[in-house]
Amino acid sequence: MKRFVAWAAFIGGCLYFLLPLVGMTEFSLKMRRGEYSFDAYAKVFEDPNFWATFGYSLTLAAATIVFGVLLVVPTAYWVRLKLPQARPVIEFITLLPLVIPAIVIVFGYIRLYNTSSVLPLTGSGLGTDILLTMGYATLALPYMYRAVDTGLRTIDVATLTEAAQSLGAGWFTILARIILPNVLVAVLSGAFLTLAIVIGEFTMAALLNRPAFGPYMQLLGANRAYEPPALAVIAFAITWGCMGLIQLVTRFSKHERAKA
Amino acid sequence: MAFLDLTNLEKTFGTNRVVKDFSLGIEKGEFISLLGPSGCGKTTVLRMVAGFETPTSGAIRIDGQEVTGHRPNQRNIGMMFQAYALFPNMTVADNVAFGLKVKGVPRDERQSRVEEMLRLIGLPEMAGRFPFQLSGGQQQRVALARALAPSPRVLLLDEPLSALDAKVRVSLRNEIREIQRELGITTIFVTHDQEEAMSISDRIVVMNGGIAEQVGAPFQIYNQPHTRFVAGFVGTLNTLAATVVSPEDGQVSVAGQTVTLAKKPIPAGKGDKVTLALRPEAVAFGRAAGREIVLPATIAEVHFLGSVIRLRVKVDGAIVALDTFNRPDQPPPPIGLATEISFSATDVILLPAD
Repeated sequence: MKRFVAWAAFIGGCLYFLLPLVGMTEFSLKMRRGEYSFDAYAKVFEDPNFWATFGYSLTLAAATIVFGVLLVVPTAYWVRLKLPQARPVIEFITLLPLVIPAIVIVFGYIRLYNTSSVLPLTGSGLGTDILLTMGYATLALPYMYRAVDTGLRTIDVATLTEAAQSLGAGWFTILARIILPNVLVAVLSGAFLTLAIVIGEFTMAALLNRPAFGPYMQLLGANRAYEPPALAVIAFAITWGCMGLIQLVTRFSKHERAKA
Repeated sequence: MAFLDLTNLEKTFGTNRVVKDFSLGIEKGEFISLLGPSGCGKTTVLRMVAGFETPTSGAIRIDGQEVTGHRPNQRNIGMMFQAYALFPNMTVADNVAFGLKVKGVPRDERQSRVEEMLRLIGLPEMAGRFPFQLSGGQQQRVALARALAPSPRVLLLDEPLSALDAKVRVSLRNEIREIQRELGITTIFVTHDQEEAMSISDRIVVMNGGIAEQVGAPFQIYNQPHTRFVAGFVGTLNTLAATVVSPEDGQVSVAGQTVTLAKKPIPAGKGDKVTLALRPEAVAFGRAAGREIVLPATIAEVHFLGSVIRLRVKVDGAIVALDTFNRPDQPPPPIGLATEISFSATDVILLPAD
């Protein structure tokens, strides 16, 4: 009886998650009347705006990841090593993007960095791209910080640092050659989550008027019938691909197996 | 001036003075152990030498050079940690080569030094393994090789054997000592295990409450403790309460008998309370040749340990522990048996009363 309930709950859960996906995927294949086809996908891939916006978002995601890693890894490391009493404060700060809506953040940016401000970032394309990257980094902060902090928890940060120092290493060497390689899987988890966030983000990109993938999806969704679900399936595949990559990296990382 | 000179070191955390006016001179190639209970300041002294803690006051000199304000990576000091601290992302060879790489040693030279170090620790075939593929003892050997590879001026060992099982501890401590002698490297070893400290040290610093209670060779520390703490902390100690009868003649009254001690005059007045301390091996069960002081005793506990029988006897209300060798033709004495113990006046350590 217990076994039956467990299986029923499992199957119920699977149906709950899978049915909408199956329905969406099936609908995306029905562009050609009376038969299944990949016409909607072909249309999406033929659209130069798809590649342009996807490429743009991908570039910004890469920039966001680099900036996020450079910001979060040293911060989380330093807090763990020298300022453990500041951890609750830092954790609270990193959680703020979850409670402050993106629209509030972006309006704050526009107000602070408009063309008549001291730092008129919105006055140029590059400036706005930088602003958008900072915005994305802010949105990804809760995920990136937690991923890196969890990674740091699995190693003895203080002793490894002292061991490296006693061997003559400076801070940069310690971070680059000891800490970062040992939390690489955690950093990659944070990076892939950042990628997923950036690819699907709409509010910031739309309000800063940048040609990103999020606004493109919205535009397509408002004007077409079959292409939007095809696009959603593609976006979903990208996200799952990222998750799979995290798993792969974890599995093939030799020293990570030791920690498991 | 000694090779490693610690002068009036003080360390305060908030209002807590962890190390108080600690001075010590260590000669080149000497093996010194800092021995003491948890919280006595031994690790803090070691960490100040390493540069991980900055002294509140005092000075640290290595080979005449003041290093008190130097950062840990500028001191050229090798260190072994209790938790091994091998870099998990690197192979054994990469771990050993790390310090050399940081120093900018050319690749060929680095490789030959790594091979030399791995031969020294007896693990030349483990170069390609990761730390997680090694046992605790092997990891600690690699940590030793890593610490020694850049030819440090001083080697610091922070309880490196604590995490290992008893058998490995003994073999590794002998190996560490052998390698230390071979390389002639000045070494400070922190431990709370007195047997460990006594077995491998040239000198021992017994620490208590942030101060060095006594500095001396293991034989001296064990047989001529200066303070009650040292006497009690190093080895097992039996204590008997006594009253001074004649300080000039070295006579005291203990367990209802007047006995004459070897130490004359006794540094106390007539009628003063003193403590007679005796190591278990100084006490014999029954009357024994060459042990002129005999006291009545009652068997309180008998522990049969195989080759040795540990007895705890009651002497004038105090418990005295002593060991006798097991003899198949002589069963252990029964509990409650009225008997005698004997010891020599020269084996008595005279301490102030509690």
